[in-house]
Amino acid sequence: MSLPPLPQSAIVIAAHAADWRAAVTLAADALAASGAAKPEYALEMIRMIEEHGPYVVIAPGLALAHARPGPEVLADGLSIVTLAEPVRFGHPHNDPVNVVLGLAIVSADEHLAAVAALANVFNDSSAIAELAAATTAQEVQRIMGSA
Amino acid sequence: MKIVTICGAGIGSSGILKVNAERVLRKLDIQATVVAADIASVREVAADAQVILTSAEFVDAIGETFADVIVVENYFDTAELSAKLGEALG
Repeated sequence: MSLPPLPQSAIVIAAHAADWRAAVTLAADALAASGAAKPEYALEMIRMIEEHGPYVVIAPGLALAHARPGPEVLADGLSIVTLAEPVRFGHPHNDPVNVVLGLAIVSADEHLAAVAALANVFNDSSAIAELAAATTAQEVQRIMGSA
Repeated sequence: MKIVTICGAGIGSSGILKVNAERVLRKLDIQATVVAADIASVREVAADAQVILTSAEFVDAIGETFADVIVVENYFDTAELSAKLGEALG
């Protein structure tokens, strides 16, 4: 079970986002920077949240921004954006968010190994706080076990 | 027994719920098939399910169902999942 690629180009530390849309866009931009998605993937991720609500805030402080496989996805990939100032998504329990994961998946059938690897990292309840406090991309990769 | 995890895309969050639900069920020694699906296909996929795991946002859209609908707050908290699944299935 291996995590989708998380190169340093897909990691942004202590970013500034005015609201959840800006935070999600940063995660999409990071996926575009690493070559995992086209820039338009941001609009797909935002549309999922506009359509279905802030359910992507799947744990306290953590949003998993993603959309379906589609033409905007170029390769499996992960991005991580930590926020200097947390933003609210409107989630009843897990706001505010200071770590945004961007996930691009090519094939729905094969993505379960990737999310199992994500679960391995985040089932350790200290992982989100460690990511939020990380000061370098290498540190983020180490926490994610993808260095 | 069939358990369905529901999210907007049918990947990502519902996949994480599926993986963690399977881990918890193994510990509880409960045999079940866990299927991840998107909200658009819930009627079809969950028609024969005993349990639906999801977020609060999807409860209204799931609507009337014979399944127990369990709302999960922290997808990575296997203790929460274990308590809620244990209560529903115990």
